[in-house]
Amino acid sequence: MPAPEQRRIIFQHIDEPGYSNDIGCYVRNGGYEVLKKAVTRKPEELIDEVKKSGLRGRGGAGFPCGVKWGLVDRKSGKPIYLIVNADESEPGTFKDRYIIHQDPHQLIEGTMISCFANNVKQAYIYIRGEMPHGARILEQALAEARAAGFVGKNICGSTYSCDIFVHRGAGAYICGEETGLIESLEGKRANPRIKPPYFPAVLGLYQCPTIVNNVETLCHVKFIAEHGGAEYAKIGTPNNTGTRIFCVSGHVQRPGYYEFPAGTITLGQLLNEVCGGPLPGRKFKAVIPGGSSAKILRFGERFKGKRKVGADMVDYDWGVEDVPMDFDSLGMIGTMGGSGGVIVMDDSVNMVEALANINAFYSHESCGQCTPCREGSLWMKKITTRMVHGNARAEDAALLKGVADQIPGRTICAFGEACSWPTQSFLAKFGDEFKAYPETKKTKAAGTTALV
Amino acid sequence: MNLKPATLTQIDEVITHYPVKRSATLPLLHLIQEDIGYIPEEAITWIAQKLELQPINVYEVVTFYPMFRRKPIGRRHIKVCRTLSCALMGGYKTCEAFEKEFNTHRGEVSPDGEVTVDFVECLASCGTAPVVLIDDDLHEKVDAAKAKQISDQIKAEAAKRR
Repeated sequence: MPAPEQRRIIFQHIDEPGYSNDIGCYVRNGGYEVLKKAVTRKPEELIDEVKKSGLRGRGGAGFPCGVKWGLVDRKSGKPIYLIVNADESEPGTFKDRYIIHQDPHQLIEGTMISCFANNVKQAYIYIRGEMPHGARILEQALAEARAAGFVGKNICGSTYSCDIFVHRGAGAYICGEETGLIESLEGKRANPRIKPPYFPAVLGLYQCPTIVNNVETLCHVKFIAEHGGAEYAKIGTPNNTGTRIFCVSGHVQRPGYYEFPAGTITLGQLLNEVCGGPLPGRKFKAVIPGGSSAKILRFGERFKGKRKVGADMVDYDWGVEDVPMDFDSLGMIGTMGGSGGVIVMDDSVNMVEALANINAFYSHESCGQCTPCREGSLWMKKITTRMVHGNARAEDAALLKGVADQIPGRTICAFGEACSWPTQSFLAKFGDEFKAYPETKKTKAAGTTALV
Repeated sequence: MNLKPATLTQIDEVITHYPVKRSATLPLLHLIQEDIGYIPEEAITWIAQKLELQPINVYEVVTFYPMFRRKPIGRRHIKVCRTLSCALMGGYKTCEAFEKEFNTHRGEVSPDGEVTVDFVECLASCGTAPVVLIDDDLHEKVDAAKAKQISDQIKAEAAKRR
């Protein structure tokens, strides 16, 4: 079956010749018209549209956006804050970068609509420190929008006022975790907070109710405000509505970003047709479908079970290539859609070395407040690095599993899961390679690409 | 610590962005590092005083975030991405190429003071791997050959200044 056509609603203008990131260009293309209409509507109506749309967060967890907004404590009398999570740092994910650099006003418009809907008076865009140009572009765009009356006092001539400021991170992955991000925005170390009681919707920034939404999610809100939740829900599949941007990297002919209606394209179509298949003379070996913490899939494995199609339960029997790229299908086969970062590895890769690379990342990024994560991520890194650069032993596989299995569920935030899932899934899918590694190493060809 | 007047203006402005002064800790650290190149001890006490905090409140932030440096670096800062997508496309070779070109090791200032080469984690441009951030500019698809080319440019600029 041929791959469906791309449908670019969020990336409509990305890489479009002649499209620039200034407000003039944005307005010429119909920009800020949705905001102008939105501020004449009732905020509850806009929240209802988002609920109807079924929009799920695009940062990684896939939590329904309307539900998130519904949890906000509106009775406390405290100000409500909105934070744009532009900390994009899950390895393999690179979609928000292009929105911020090439179409910043789309993000600002989506943010202002969301602020109006939730009666937010102050919003912050938390952008990762390694995007200094992105931060400047956003600041420039905000200044333009402020001058034009789309941000700041009396938006579009209404009585509603709300400002947005840019706040830069400084290189810590954990700031993508929403409560860590809030701590960071308060000027502290980004140690995530324990939930309960610190649900951002109730006790967030400065202990006030706070909404944290991903960059792409807020752009979807703009589309929903324009076309209505019901119309949006027609795109994609039930419970996986709207479009999804896939960021493909690693061993494919055409890496890049591709936007499709959610659930309409399979992993095989994405990699073979859209991305042009494996590099010459190579075969696909493994793929991580939703950012580096998602569990790895091995080409050749099969997934069987029953799934809901409409009202019926239907049997499925999928190879890796057959899996529809949506939150639910990927969840069913034991991995996740996450942030949409698809990392592809071909048969030139040794999985012990790939895992050693990932483990080095997570041990570097653990915030250090929970012992299982701080010590566990470091041990997993030490073991896999030793296997590659020092002495590899057949019993290391069991040792690694022993460490990984003691982390998830024992930490304050989901980093515990994120750092142990790679090790757990690599061992489950490629246990043979780990056991054979002491031997494989002896015959390793010189000049292979180092991964750690 | 001598901050430029423009930096001081920006510092006073950015503090007004937050209802709680402490929130300006990261912005102030960025502004000072951009101005004088690193975060000296006196910057920590200065920020603490400015934001009505204890020095430890600032110190613990400086040591947590990888982008803040306690020591000066070379004239140009070369950050090579180390994470998986870049590594798969040869990121380690890219890093070694820069080290060789400038006769240095990751994390150190090169003997001529021109560059500091660092291996950093994911820069969120995995589709154009391997990527390198030089000061504020992202360079894409930097294989060993392109690393050599960029290094030659930096060296040529350095020679011109001498």
